[in-house]
Amino acid sequence: MLRYVFRRLLTAIPTLFVIVTISFFLIRVAPGGPFNQERGLNPFIKANLNRQFGLDEPLWMQYLNYLNNLLHGNFGPSYNLPDFTVTELFKVGLPVSIQVGISALILALIIGGILGIVAALRQNKAADYAVIATATAGSTIPTFVIAPIYQLTFATTLALVPVATWGNGALLNKIGPIVTLALPQIAIVARLMRGSMIEALRSHHIRTARALGLSDWSIIVKHALRGALLPIVSYAGPAAAALLTGSIIVETIFQIPGVGRYFVEAPLSRDYALVMGSVVVIALFTIVFNLIVDILYAVVDPRVRYD
Amino acid sequence: MKKSLRSLLLATALVTISYSAAFAEMIYNRGNSADPESLDPHKTSTVYEAHILRDLFSGLVMQDAKANLIPGAAESWKISDDGTVYTFTLRKGATWSNGDPVTADDFVYSFRRLEDPATAAEYASMLYVVKNAQEINEKKAKPEELGVKAIDAGTLEITLKAPTPYFLEMLTHQANYPVHKASIDKLGADWIKPGNLVSNGAYTLAEFVPNDHIKLIKNPKFYEADKVKIDVVNYFPTEDRSTAVKRFAAGELDSNDDMPLEQLADLKAKFGDQIHIGPYLGTYYYAVKTDKEPWSNPKLRRAISMAIDRDFLAEKVWNNSMLPGYSMVPPGIAGYEPAIADYAEMSQIDREDEAKKILTELGYGPDKPLKLEIRYNTSENHKNTAVAIQEQLKPLGIEVTMVNTDTKTHYGYLEQKGDFDYARAGWIADYKDPETFLGISRKASGNNYSNYNSPKFEELMDKAAAAGGNPAERSKILSQAEKVLVDDLGNMPLLYYSYHNLVSPKLKGFEDNVMDVHPTRFISKE
Repeated sequence: MLRYVFRRLLTAIPTLFVIVTISFFLIRVAPGGPFNQERGLNPFIKANLNRQFGLDEPLWMQYLNYLNNLLHGNFGPSYNLPDFTVTELFKVGLPVSIQVGISALILALIIGGILGIVAALRQNKAADYAVIATATAGSTIPTFVIAPIYQLTFATTLALVPVATWGNGALLNKIGPIVTLALPQIAIVARLMRGSMIEALRSHHIRTARALGLSDWSIIVKHALRGALLPIVSYAGPAAAALLTGSIIVETIFQIPGVGRYFVEAPLSRDYALVMGSVVVIALFTIVFNLIVDILYAVVDPRVRYD
Repeated sequence: MKKSLRSLLLATALVTISYSAAFAEMIYNRGNSADPESLDPHKTSTVYEAHILRDLFSGLVMQDAKANLIPGAAESWKISDDGTVYTFTLRKGATWSNGDPVTADDFVYSFRRLEDPATAAEYASMLYVVKNAQEINEKKAKPEELGVKAIDAGTLEITLKAPTPYFLEMLTHQANYPVHKASIDKLGADWIKPGNLVSNGAYTLAEFVPNDHIKLIKNPKFYEADKVKIDVVNYFPTEDRSTAVKRFAAGELDSNDDMPLEQLADLKAKFGDQIHIGPYLGTYYYAVKTDKEPWSNPKLRRAISMAIDRDFLAEKVWNNSMLPGYSMVPPGIAGYEPAIADYAEMSQIDREDEAKKILTELGYGPDKPLKLEIRYNTSENHKNTAVAIQEQLKPLGIEVTMVNTDTKTHYGYLEQKGDFDYARAGWIADYKDPETFLGISRKASGNNYSNYNSPKFEELMDKAAAAGGNPAERSKILSQAEKVLVDDLGNMPLLYYSYHNLVSPKLKGFEDNVMDVHPTRFISKE
């Protein structure tokens, strides 16, 4: 097992290298540059800026410099927020995004999972329809609708929570972003869970278990659930990578300082260094979570072996 | 369960205690559309950081609550008879927030740093009127050759290239604020971090969490600290305007500098006179490719401009958050009369008739339709403006197409003199002088996207510069120059910007002004 993990981590290195290389050149294809703005800069000032950020060198040289810095763990300064290095920006933003993302994911897995199981056990009955209807609504109503409704109801009208901001991580400030982020995930998890649970309940080994006279609890939790979890695990991996790296919509509406915004804003403002930093972070999260999923497979499904 | 209940109670009690302790302090929660790009005065360019830097630093001269010029770090100044040498007497006893005295050498150092190419200051041009400044910035001279000299610790002498009546106004710009040499030498790039930053203004930097908040606290060493009422200012970047309005309504913000203008009617009904809207020194215009057929013909440009119903744009598209504009320089600069287009007084119907006449004269008609392409940068309102213009030009047989790109692509394209017909642009005053608006249409300006090149306009602009010693005369010549530009439609002004603030009635001293400048030191809260 350990050898497998080690091997997977080794193969991540060339993967990262390819991703970094492609993104480095792709963003340079976009027209304009970090210093184009409403009020144009005179050519000398722009040359000064380009020189300061090393953008006056030939592209291949910039690429080699970037790789060299990256190997030393240096992502460079942000072009548009020169007071901070890319590393500093992620140091502030990632903990926020991870906290919100993990909470939303756990919430989604627990609530979505329970709802899905309930629906599967009451298949084609009122409870099932209610879950499916809620799940469909949950996954179709976009976050930019849910978030303002949450703010209007709980903050403006009832005055139970603040409208927005992180408030140094106060619990009341976190509820909004977490719930908003979790709702669509709850819906998806519930539907996945329902489907795979129904399938598991119909399988031969469950029929055998029933014939043996095992209790309902033991059949559902010990035998059916274990098999039904596989699709959830494979969904949760990439979902975790996406949730933990933040969401620009939730972050802007709730004005919380996560990193989700950088993935959108950095390319739009041609902040090359921040774009690259974002790409590396997303890539790392995706690689790590895919690995975790594969390990979890072995835990959940005894047929899977990596040795 | 019990344990968590107890800790919850404890937390509540703590919050209550800290709340009542904080009650004695006057805290101003200020919404500011965007985070600053940088808090280093020499690396900033936007109005969002201008608000913050104005609280942190004090330049030689500053602006009061109504954006009028007042003494800052300098107590008084003398201008030589020829208008080229300014001698500033610095305020006695004024210090930095760490106790060091503010000296003439600090300004010499700061101004050299602004022009030094190694600093790569975006707004280095804010001092280009000073002798050798531009040469230094373009690496043709050494920073030591800058026309700024410390006569003694309390006296600073600045020599200009030519008389520049708006020089003092330029000095109010944040790029011309002083920075603390000792901390830059010691800390390098980290000098700007909270806890390190030494400033000489009414406030000091306590916290800066990007995309979250910036906390400034009162500087007890500020020269007028006894008059500063607000103890703590929290700047919140309020990118999402709807959220900002909700936070304002909930009392989380005392003011915000923007709002969803598409809902202005509803907001006015809800907030009444807490909404402050008024003329702001900014022009929304379209650049025209004046060196390309058929737009090289001023007559055709005039027909297009006349056919555009600016009242409709201002009222329907912008919900009266903009004003119809017929000149490049917006009204509101004391002592200057903007040159308004001659058709401003005509009714829209008459304008359209004349526009049609011109088009027929030039041979355009149903069998030879005129094709026009509008380029604009991504924004709902820029799009709506372009669409409205498309509709307004349609009855004249003009086929308008649109190209939308993101902001960086848009300005990158304009700067590289890409091929276009009409393109959206805007200009906000850096200082209160018509020159800032007219300069962008000069032949040599990097912002002359239209490639406008009129010898008459150039001549008048040069003449105005030469008349620097006589403000009234200079104003008159600038107005003549603007007349040439407006008649020629070297750029096509469409609208004037307005400021739009949400201001709580608890705030006192938040005075409306054309520069939309609101230093916290003049504000208090009930």
